[in-house]
Amino acid sequence: MRISHWRKMAVMATAAALVLTACGEGEQAESTAGGDTIKVGILHSLSGTMAISEVTVKNSELMAIEEINAAGGLLGKKIEPVVEDGASDWPTFAEKARKLIKRDEVATVFGGWTSASRKAMLPVFEAEKALLWYPVQYEGLESSPYIYYTGATTNQQIIPGLDYLKDQGKKKIFLVGSDYVFPRTANKIIKAYAAANGMEVVGEEYTPLGHTEYGTLVNKVMSAGPDAVFNTLNGDSNVAFFKQFKAAGGTAEKLPVLSVSIAEEEVGGIGVENVAGHPVAWNYYQTTDTPENKAFVEAYKAKYGADKVTSDPMEAGYNAVHLWAESVKKAGTTEVEAVKKASAGVELKLPEGLVTIDGENQHVHKTARIGVIQPDGLIKEVWSSEEPIKPDPYLKSYPWAQGLS
Amino acid sequence: MLDQLPVGLSIAGALLLIALGLTFTFGQMGVINMAHGEFIMAGAYTAYLLQDLAAGQAVLLALPVAFGVAGLMGLVLERLAIRRFYGRPLDTLLLTWGVSLVLQQLARDLFGAPNVNVTAPGWLDGRLELAGMTIPYTRLFIMALAVACVAAIWGYMNRSRQGRRMRAVMQNRELAACSGVVTERVDQLTFFIGSGLAGVAGVALTLIGPIGPTLGTNYIVDAFLVVVAGGLGRLRGAVLAALALGLLNSFVEFWTDASFAKVVVFAAIVAFLQFRPQGMFVLRSRALT
Repeated sequence: MRISHWRKMAVMATAAALVLTACGEGEQAESTAGGDTIKVGILHSLSGTMAISEVTVKNSELMAIEEINAAGGLLGKKIEPVVEDGASDWPTFAEKARKLIKRDEVATVFGGWTSASRKAMLPVFEAEKALLWYPVQYEGLESSPYIYYTGATTNQQIIPGLDYLKDQGKKKIFLVGSDYVFPRTANKIIKAYAAANGMEVVGEEYTPLGHTEYGTLVNKVMSAGPDAVFNTLNGDSNVAFFKQFKAAGGTAEKLPVLSVSIAEEEVGGIGVENVAGHPVAWNYYQTTDTPENKAFVEAYKAKYGADKVTSDPMEAGYNAVHLWAESVKKAGTTEVEAVKKASAGVELKLPEGLVTIDGENQHVHKTARIGVIQPDGLIKEVWSSEEPIKPDPYLKSYPWAQGLS
Repeated sequence: MLDQLPVGLSIAGALLLIALGLTFTFGQMGVINMAHGEFIMAGAYTAYLLQDLAAGQAVLLALPVAFGVAGLMGLVLERLAIRRFYGRPLDTLLLTWGVSLVLQQLARDLFGAPNVNVTAPGWLDGRLELAGMTIPYTRLFIMALAVACVAAIWGYMNRSRQGRRMRAVMQNRELAACSGVVTERVDQLTFFIGSGLAGVAGVALTLIGPIGPTLGTNYIVDAFLVVVAGGLGRLRGAVLAALALGLLNSFVEFWTDASFAKVVVFAAIVAFLQFRPQGMFVLRSRALT
């Protein structure tokens, strides 16, 4: 009797330990009570379906922190990152954000990838009056006073992407996306643009996150006969979609698929033979020709391996850390309201070129670039806006977008 | 519309492949193995690792190797842990779930968090145009592989001595033991084959899906659905359930969308199990549970 009881206890304990080791892998740095460091939170999915993308952003943010520390730190103190895992689960993001703010008392948080994770964290940051730096292109129509958006908003990525398709003479567009807030909102904007620019949306399909069965969807695309596909799929689904699209006879020449969530990092996993020749829309590529980018790519490869690539969200995450540090320097303190005030107009030469924080909506001015995926896995720029575009998250300056927000 | 028929059949082929292994471990032995998905993942990574050796033909070479690799992983898991939990399904569930998380993290540490790619052999690059339907060769390959696996399993279970022992143990463990069958040995073999089949499925899935540390989680639910709907331990049931789910999924998705098709499939299974909780086919047995 007794033995079986103990055995049961041992089993429970082992199982609990297994679960805990797997779930709670937050790399907790030892807290230094002396206040000689400035703690910042890094909150990305290090496990689950989004880990493929978010781990790289975490890496580049850590690298930016190291750079600042190596250059003497911030306000005479070292920056100390506290890394947490959002686990591709939106409530976990909110919970971990609250933990970082309340328990670790971090000065700011860099984190998130999917819009769902940002929307989950937004009320936390607004209630706690803490700062979140969000590094990924997104669907716009948001401007929280406590969030900085260092990725592109719609008029810096999606609209340039549509302008490019229009230039190429594409009239009939098929919309394919993952079923969550970014693709749905992006597609609303695309439909309004199409209506105003003489383009026709011949189909609109959504699949659940992590979906891997695209036979039916590819059939629908093929039978609708579009000139181009606008792809807002996220994560693993892109791999399945492109493999099955190619297997069904889809080619970049006949039917280009413009993606807004595929960067250098994802190309390897999809298999370059499946995706080469298709266009993507971003603000930065590893091949972007600036002296700052040369240094950035070199530093990243030196730190994480020569076979690693850099991508737009990684660069935006890296930028976020530097833009925050610059704002803190200007404010002379890490106190949130002072940093917010100081941040307006902060301007840095970063890998993608000149980046300026917009004082009105806390987005950044950035240059839009369309690239084509090359057989070597890198992306070659084929079109650019030349100048940084002013962020317009509510598309107020576009007459056709009235009524969207 | 007609195009949906091959799509449905190919979904069925993939479903059947991922579920075949479970008809052994779950169906025959009653072990709820949450790490089954990770054995699928192990198969996919085996194909990835063999790529350097066999270049474009990695997939073919990987089929038998992955069977062995995943099978051995299953055998080790059975020897070290699962056999201590026979007859305790809840504990087994917790244990194997923990193991699946550990294996996912292990894959992440070994191969990195980003997906990797396995280049499909050149001869699978193309498609068959038939009576207005388009069927990619990769899909044909997966369907053929599923059929071959089913045939092999059927032959093994019904024609070989070892297979008969397996069935004897499954149907009446005590009587089989009395008759001189070493049930422990049979359990090991059953688990080896079941896990090995997951590895084979993993290799096939590299042709159509992503290859990453979380690959298994994409398929584990579907695999259990097929086995439960088909009836535990019944090969026939798994085949029919995979066909039904694949076709239902492809046609509902064609008329609606992917999210709704999922809802319909789940609802159909729930409704079906209300009428036939035992699945399509019943097997009377005195299994471990």
